[in-house]
Amino acid sequence: MARGGRGSLLDRPEWLGPLMIGPAVLYIVLLVGLPFVLALFYSVSDITMGSRTLNFVGLRNFLSVMETTKFQTSLRNTFVFAVTAQVLVMVLGTILAMALLKDFRGKWLVRLLILLPWVAPISLGTIGWLWILDSTYSVLNWTLEAMGLIGVGERFMWLGVPHLAMGSVVTVHVWRILPLATVILLAGLTSIPQDIHDAAQVDGASFLRHLFQITLPLIRPIMLVAGLFGLVLAFTDMIVIFVLTRGGPYDTTQVLASLAFFTGVQAGDIAEGAAVAMFLFPLLVVVVIVLLRVARRTEVV
Amino acid sequence: MSARGAGRRWAGRGVHTAVLVFFTVFSAFPFYWMLITSFKTTRDLLTRANNPFIYNETPTLENLRVLFFDTLYVRWLGNTLFVGAVVVAITLVLAVPAGYALARLTGRWGEQLGIAIFLTYLVPPTLLFLPMSRVVSDLGLQDSLWSLVLVYPSFTVPFCTWLMMGFFKAIPRDLEEAAMIDGHSRFGAFVKVVIPISVAGLLTVVIFTLTLVMQEFVYALTFITAAGNFTVSVGVPTFLVRGDVYFWGSLMAGCFIASVPIAILYNLFVDRFIAGFTVGAIK
Repeated sequence: MARGGRGSLLDRPEWLGPLMIGPAVLYIVLLVGLPFVLALFYSVSDITMGSRTLNFVGLRNFLSVMETTKFQTSLRNTFVFAVTAQVLVMVLGTILAMALLKDFRGKWLVRLLILLPWVAPISLGTIGWLWILDSTYSVLNWTLEAMGLIGVGERFMWLGVPHLAMGSVVTVHVWRILPLATVILLAGLTSIPQDIHDAAQVDGASFLRHLFQITLPLIRPIMLVAGLFGLVLAFTDMIVIFVLTRGGPYDTTQVLASLAFFTGVQAGDIAEGAAVAMFLFPLLVVVVIVLLRVARRTEVV
Repeated sequence: MSARGAGRRWAGRGVHTAVLVFFTVFSAFPFYWMLITSFKTTRDLLTRANNPFIYNETPTLENLRVLFFDTLYVRWLGNTLFVGAVVVAITLVLAVPAGYALARLTGRWGEQLGIAIFLTYLVPPTLLFLPMSRVVSDLGLQDSLWSLVLVYPSFTVPFCTWLMMGFFKAIPRDLEEAAMIDGHSRFGAFVKVVIPISVAGLLTVVIFTLTLVMQEFVYALTFITAAGNFTVSVGVPTFLVRGDVYFWGSLMAGCFIASVPIAILYNLFVDRFIAGFTVGAIK
């Protein structure tokens, strides 16, 4: 090769590979790895928004945070919110994916409409719900009243009453995650070879038996992927709650993510906010381990 | 038997249609509602006796006028596009070569590295935004759009690297090998042969990066405080709502305009996005 040193450098995989991937890895290490280490570090320090110095305080932040009822409520809410939402997402997503598996006229339009909540900026879609769930002008209340299901002037405070507020934020979160779960599950369903279905048909398996003994077991790995991604989003995301309730009424929809924000940013106590957020870390570790095992079992690794 | 079979088929069809109608309405209703509300007069909106499904007063463009001329909406759109464009550029520069390296050059350790990179996509902003806010202020980027430009690639690069890796794996090796026999270096073959036939993959990266940038909320909410520097996703919910005064018409118009066009664009590419998630779970 006439190109000499440079040419051979650009030719040899053992040099070119690291050279091409290096910048991306460096960026990720600097902007994901480093902040993560900082988050660990901050959570055992006494740093605040304004302070220039920083002292090691051990587990003090964790202990003092755990004592507050606000934190205990948030922890419980986080589980209620995330688990309820994700169970609903998986059940509804499976039903919807099966409905979308068949061909029908106008499928592209249905798919586009069903995907909207996932693609539109979440905060903006959620404002649409804020208007739908408005305490005075809610279209839901109007419809219920028009149908005679509630009395004139009677109305539900969708976001103003504890249990109803939790129901509302769960519903909106399901609304937003459902498209993602559906398209992933649909990809899984599509990948099942038709002859497996045909064989079941010939054997005369009933619909439910077909579903629970053939279809669902075959898409189990992909259900796991969809489920885990959704779970991480449900546990760590605060946008829906921030826009709809800001954690209210009386912290009944406060979750760890929103609490971390209010503590760390609005109250300026970075150390305590970081400690609150750190409680989400064990969950993340579990999810990563499970995902790695899925990947290994399907021989990607 | 055949009558029963036909009956069952009809019932099945009915259930199928009902399921589709229910989910379509559930998913799309908020956007339909935004659209309807955008053209209603404030008096129409705030009269409880009015049927909210119809226009009780003549539709108006006043809400749009307010949105575009009396608020910072246009500025926020501009900010979002600016951040989006720069982040797209950074993402392409970092993720495309990285994806190629993982697909072709790095062998076994590359596969493991690829999975590690994908997993960083799982690390939520919730865990990182507090230290990031400190880093951003130490760099003097507080309240600047550049803080978003700096931080957003941290979630666009991992996902797009993974996406491009899948894309490059699907390209036959013969093409590059032919180019290398013709005297191109490996890198030359990547630039001159592989990139030009990967336009679809690059477009996918552009679209996904743009939607991710438009969606991002927590970092922008944390780093930015001046009204003029917000992106659409934070500016609309925080600045178009003042205390208890909601300009619902303008608010809904703002949400609709920033949501639906990008959604339609995205829809063209969604299959690739799913492929990114399902590599590994489907054989």
